Amino acid sequence: MSPSIGSLPPKYRVTVDRDQCMLCGRCVENCAYGAFRIDGDRIRTNSRVCTACHRCVAYCPRDAIDVSERPLDYRSHPVWTRGVREAIYNQARTGKIVLSGMGNALDYPMIFDRLVLDACQVTNPSIDPLREPMELRTHLGKKPQRLDLRKKDDGEVELLTELSPNLSLETPIMIGHMSYGAISLNAQLAMAKAVSAAGTFMGTGEGGLPEPLRPYQGHMIVQVASGRFGVDIDYLERGAAIEIKIGQGAKPGIGGHLPGEKVNAAISKTRMIPEGSDAISPAPHHDIYSIEDLAQLVRSLKEATEWKKPVFVKIAAVHNVAAIAAGIARSSADAVVIDGFRGGTGAAPRVFRDHVGIPVEAAVAAVDAKLRNQGIRNEVSIIASGGIRESTDVVKIIALGADAVYIGTAALVALGCRVCGNCYRGLCPWGIATQRQDLVDRLDPEAGGVQVANLIHGWTLELMDLMGAAGINSIESLRGNRDRLRSYMIDQALMDVLDVKSVGA
Amino acid sequence: MCGIIGVIDRGRQTMDGTAIRRALSMMNERGSGEGAGYVAYGCYPEFKDYFAIHVFFDNIHETKPRVDELLHQWGRVVHDEEIPTSDLPRLRKVHTPWRYFFKPDTRLMPRSTTPAEEIVTELVMRINTSIEGALVFSSGRNLGVFKAAGWPEEVADFYRIEEYQGHCWLAHNRYPTNTPGWWGGAHPFNLLDWSVVHNGEITSYGTNRRYIESFGYKCTMFTDTEVVAYLVDLLVRRHDLPEELAVTALAPPFWDEIDKMEGDRQRLYHALRLTYGSAMMNGPFAIVVADQDTMVAFTDRSKLRPLVGAEHGDRLYVSSEEAAIRAMDPDITNVFMPRAGEPIIGRVVA
Repeated sequence: MSPSIGSLPPKYRVTVDRDQCMLCGRCVENCAYGAFRIDGDRIRTNSRVCTACHRCVAYCPRDAIDVSERPLDYRSHPVWTRGVREAIYNQARTGKIVLSGMGNALDYPMIFDRLVLDACQVTNPSIDPLREPMELRTHLGKKPQRLDLRKKDDGEVELLTELSPNLSLETPIMIGHMSYGAISLNAQLAMAKAVSAAGTFMGTGEGGLPEPLRPYQGHMIVQVASGRFGVDIDYLERGAAIEIKIGQGAKPGIGGHLPGEKVNAAISKTRMIPEGSDAISPAPHHDIYSIEDLAQLVRSLKEATEWKKPVFVKIAAVHNVAAIAAGIARSSADAVVIDGFRGGTGAAPRVFRDHVGIPVEAAVAAVDAKLRNQGIRNEVSIIASGGIRESTDVVKIIALGADAVYIGTAALVALGCRVCGNCYRGLCPWGIATQRQDLVDRLDPEAGGVQVANLIHGWTLELMDLMGAAGINSIESLRGNRDRLRSYMIDQALMDVLDVKSVGA
Repeated sequence: MCGIIGVIDRGRQTMDGTAIRRALSMMNERGSGEGAGYVAYGCYPEFKDYFAIHVFFDNIHETKPRVDELLHQWGRVVHDEEIPTSDLPRLRKVHTPWRYFFKPDTRLMPRSTTPAEEIVTELVMRINTSIEGALVFSSGRNLGVFKAAGWPEEVADFYRIEEYQGHCWLAHNRYPTNTPGWWGGAHPFNLLDWSVVHNGEITSYGTNRRYIESFGYKCTMFTDTEVVAYLVDLLVRRHDLPEELAVTALAPPFWDEIDKMEGDRQRLYHALRLTYGSAMMNGPFAIVVADQDTMVAFTDRSKLRPLVGAEHGDRLYVSSEEAAIRAMDPDITNVFMPRAGEPIIGRVVA
């Protein structure tokens, strides 16, 4: 509190209904932020520390707790919003950069929600996936432009072309990179079990590969980011694929910072840094100052792993994303990950999270068009990430040109996350974004794994239904098929970028 | 709905258009009288080394000189004339069909292995995208497409189809939903030696079109069928795939089936699906594709459109309906139905 600014209105108000409350104390136990205490025959609350994570609400056996948002708001003003005013108070006090969690929180229109899908009527039959085959198998990696064949003496055709290794997914839904350190071991374990069960893959993030995850390494994509934390030959060889992270949709152009207090003994081991030291990932890779440097790193990683593993390159969706992706396609890289500006994060400067980068829908459309235009679409797969919330988003982004998606926040929500946005504080009461053992223990990797697998399975079923309704029985025929999308109230310039017609057209 | 039929004589004996006209009319139930067409292979023996360029002109005086100029710039026209037609009371002649017999100057395309074909493809794309009022609808050697808006028998009589001889014929009876009455929208669709007739709807058209356009083809006919002609040209002529494998690329086996294959065969099919995923065609269709020596018919992977085949001596027939084949040749010996995605292939052996 500062003398001249005073305290700001609380974000939430927590109240306990005394008639309902039976003083079991579960709220006191569950709240990692200390919003509750028992005072004689009543529960007292401290609303100011509440994050609306709903842990107390979820575990109160009597539904006695109520959390309301903005009980006392500022005088409303369309320009001087609460967010703007509070950022100023904050910076007036501290003189620092304002940090925030989760993804972009500004009220930009959602392109996904202004695209509608197609279905068959009369002239072609829709396909019932319960009765007919429906293929979602997806291959990520370089594909040949054409095949070299030779006719043998017995009339059989022999394939001379050597294929590059591809990752084979049973469903085009993967889980993106969230590192050990940013999230807990149990959260990673749960997701690893889920992707193994679903026949898909997840990213390790830049936190190394903790030993308990090794049984699932066949479904893990290991990451090489600018801090190079946890990277050695053993790590590279364990992964099913390797991903070079150049940038992140939530904070394009800047690096990352895991505070020293989160670097405990286990994390120090997997990241290969001293216990308690800050893990700082620089903004650029200091060996990549140009596209040819990236090509060199891709080749080095391929050499180190004997050209047996696909190498992906992840970039944030920025204005020039299409040209950058075309450069990446010309390297030995197998896939480019396009991370849109709605991508989540543990912590990012507010101004970056809310103002830098472009939506993944426009970015993927532009990248796919540019690669086709240059005849190099087969050189590289496109993985879309950042703001994929449900199965229809998956269908739409594939129709705009993506091969597969990474989900992040959606997988965490399946583990219980309430999107409270306080990941950077390390006190996640759901055991996800924390390293405090008592909190981590709240997340059962078995049950969590089932929940995340259920989510992927449910989306996969919906994907099949939506494709069947459109008369498509294989995911390849959806990819880049923008004719099966229509835009609803999107301006002409954006329609041109998306290469999508208007509803009714 | 649409009705399709094709015949090839494997001994290269020719037949005139009478029988296929009768067969196509047999399927009037499948059409609406708004589009029909024929292609005859071997119909221009006196000009067999020249590309027969058929063009619909909206206006002879204004647009034809621009096409003439372009053709002269890229090669030599040895003969050109209006395609002979008969006046029919019920068929309104909205275009003037014209034909050029053209030899491209291959020195103008020095780096290509098939320079003549490259030049003609380029000319077709250029005329169809940049000269308004001119549409090239046939561009192969010793073959001709004849199509218009009308019932099969009207279109046949209009073009006097009975006067042409061919060793291979395809024909199409159209029930349009997309571009009714437009002559360019009638089948067959043709590019160079490839002609296509198609019954169905290609739900993957958006993917296929963007794929084929990345190789320089331009889709100008507002219909999903032309993309098939370009895909076949790409796969067979430019990528050297045998016809069987080209069909496999367009209507591949399901992954479950590939998983059960062994060794080299599995590797080949796996590679085909990976390489040509964007060329794969989805949705209900039965398609007949022909070139000078081959006729290939196939359906989608679930066989959501009908296709029957039959033989009589050297003659191989394919059609949407057995009745149509019987109308053409009552003495057919064996009638068969291919399985989904499995091609029927007929080759000239003489």
